[in-house]
Amino acid sequence: MSHKIVSKQQLAEQVFSAYVEAPLIAAARKPGQFVIISISNEYSERIPLTIADVDPQNGIIRLIWQRVGKTTAELSELEVGDTIENIVGPLGKPTHIQKFGTVVCIGGGIGNAPLLPIAGAMKQASNRLISIIGARNKQLLILEDEFMQISDELIITTDDGSYGRKALVTEPLAEICQRYDKPDLAIAIGPAVMMKFCCEVTKQYKVPTVVSLNTIMVDGTGMCGGCRVDVDGQTKFVCVDGPEFDGHKVNFDLMIRRLDAYKAQEQQALENYQKQKYKIDLDK
Amino acid sequence: MSDDQELLRQLLEKQSNGTIKPSDRYRIPPQQMPAQNPVARRRNVNEVALGYTETQARLEAMRCLQCKNAPCVEGCPVRIRIRDFVAAITEADYKKALSIIKENSLLPAVCGRVCPQEVQCQQKCTVGKKYKDVNMAVSIGRLERFVADLDKDNQSIPKVASETGKKIAVVGSGPGGIVTATDLRRMGHDVTVFEAFHKPGGVMVYGIPEFRLPKAIVQKEIDVLGEMGVKIMCNFLVGKTRTIEQLLTLDGFDALFIGVGAGLPRFMGIEGENLIGVFSANEYLTRANLMNAYRFGKGADTPIVRPRRVAVTGGGNVAMDAARTAVRLGAEKVYLVYRRSEKEMPARIEEVEHAKEEGVEFRLLQSPKRILAERDSSVKALELLKYELGEPDDSGRRRPVPVPGSEFQLEVDAVIIAIGNTANPLISQTTSGLKFNKWGNIIVDDNCKTSLEGVYAGGDIVLGAATVILAMGQGRTAAVAINDYLSGK
Repeated sequence: MSHKIVSKQQLAEQVFSAYVEAPLIAAARKPGQFVIISISNEYSERIPLTIADVDPQNGIIRLIWQRVGKTTAELSELEVGDTIENIVGPLGKPTHIQKFGTVVCIGGGIGNAPLLPIAGAMKQASNRLISIIGARNKQLLILEDEFMQISDELIITTDDGSYGRKALVTEPLAEICQRYDKPDLAIAIGPAVMMKFCCEVTKQYKVPTVVSLNTIMVDGTGMCGGCRVDVDGQTKFVCVDGPEFDGHKVNFDLMIRRLDAYKAQEQQALENYQKQKYKIDLDK
Repeated sequence: MSDDQELLRQLLEKQSNGTIKPSDRYRIPPQQMPAQNPVARRRNVNEVALGYTETQARLEAMRCLQCKNAPCVEGCPVRIRIRDFVAAITEADYKKALSIIKENSLLPAVCGRVCPQEVQCQQKCTVGKKYKDVNMAVSIGRLERFVADLDKDNQSIPKVASETGKKIAVVGSGPGGIVTATDLRRMGHDVTVFEAFHKPGGVMVYGIPEFRLPKAIVQKEIDVLGEMGVKIMCNFLVGKTRTIEQLLTLDGFDALFIGVGAGLPRFMGIEGENLIGVFSANEYLTRANLMNAYRFGKGADTPIVRPRRVAVTGGGNVAMDAARTAVRLGAEKVYLVYRRSEKEMPARIEEVEHAKEEGVEFRLLQSPKRILAERDSSVKALELLKYELGEPDDSGRRRPVPVPGSEFQLEVDAVIIAIGNTANPLISQTTSGLKFNKWGNIIVDDNCKTSLEGVYAGGDIVLGAATVILAMGQGRTAAVAINDYLSGK
């Protein structure tokens, strides 16, 4: 069964959002879960993507992705009415939602997308919600309005100061952790290195921290183990044991290096794709 | 007429006038399987074993003594009437031979290729026993393949009984699921197969490589399912997309078969196992087979590492598959590291022979101790410890005992772990009331019935790591039990 794209928008320079028909997933999905997609059948790659939102009534899910490699580039070329051949999910364990008290949600770059439904669910569970969302610059910042609507307090940071506060997300995070009523829980989702430094901050202030890991995956069902990470000295599979883990126990350094395992080939695939596309454009 | 044809003619003449003696049969040389040249096949993914010619098949069949008690049948997990189908081959009645096989096995083209015959039917063969060498037994598997392949272009669709109106869900489209679905559909039930991957076929598609089991053969079986009216839903992960309970209540399925396979790779728990360049065989083979990564850069988008020197740990068929895949992906040196001796290897003899011919270097009685890293966390070397064989253990195999201080390093850039799978936790995490043993395998009775009403299970999720034929056997049992259950409902 293929999945039709019903709407599409570009959120930032390299970031795209699309609502896609996937009624079964829309009905089953809970915050924190993800899907694996492949664009067509025989030779496409399978990649994990976040479910940023769902509309079960209309049977659609919202996917948000950043154009980084060949598959995400190809995905970005698809228009409304086009289809994605395969989407499987919802995968991973849902986020544990309950009333903790004050929850601080920290999102970096594309990480704001998986963070949004989790933050929304935490707010609905009567938590006081502080959101810190960051990006390298103003053009790359996504989902500001959505976070504004649900947050009791919203802090925006950019690395270059082109919007919000000129800082890394860790700076306001440290300040919040030092407040008299420090947060009861932190949830950090973004680039691995950002999550690593967020955890270093929260560890210092003894704020329990959940991170959501986006590792390399093939099947997403526990079968291949390509997504494995070291958590507290134990091997865990992100797809079936996660994607969320106690951030204070994750070996981020190893995870960061494993993310680069196919870097050269990914680069080559992207270059080939762009070259080929350029050729087609010339033919027009 | 060639010598072989002349020999066959003489034998057939003796057989028809009733003067053939066992000694005539013993004198027939065992027929060797024609295979692709080892040098050529290192660079392609085409099937290695090419199949018997008709003369070869009939000569091999003539080697069968037609024992009254047919011990071979006892060795077959699904009790194929081996003696009778082999006799039909000597008479050149290949249709009859195939129909005899199909009474008990639905996938002869698959089983003829992947069954471990030397520990099943062929182990019991009187001819092999006479020579005290299982390699001298009648090559039953090759004969099974021969008749199945003759039927390759024939799309015979099994007859479907009139509709019963009962809905059955089959979870997993591997060998167990295919057989269960086929049998239940034949009985007239409305069957839907759920597959988590984007392509059906299970281990026959993601795990067993093209050079051992061409995908077209599996696809044909899947096509037959479709033409019988079985619905196949891919990208549907039972436990996540829908739970078993939802399928039975919300979606109105009257019964359900779980054939999800083992599906959680086992690691060794040694230092360095999460380094870059260490893979489970599942990941490596899935990339190469299902995702066509051997064509990366030539149309396929899924990358795969192409190490110069690679060590594969394990001694089963999966280890052989991974090692031989690495050969085809251009590795200069492929080591196969196994803790016991060759005699204890669980892999099929043919796979072991093929791996050796292709240049895989066997490192026996050695076991990984740790994996050493380069500065960038990629694999630098595998440290091995030498073993010697001690007393037999529970499995009857001599237990390997480490030799203290015998550690040494093997320089490699990748390590592939092929030491088996444990049960996938998805079903247990999401199905209350279903009983599992301590290894996470589903507990069933002799009819493959689980602790949940209307829910049956078979294959690796019940047996642990087993074989295609055992999964098929259980699928068959479950189909009969499900039919009985539904007719009493």
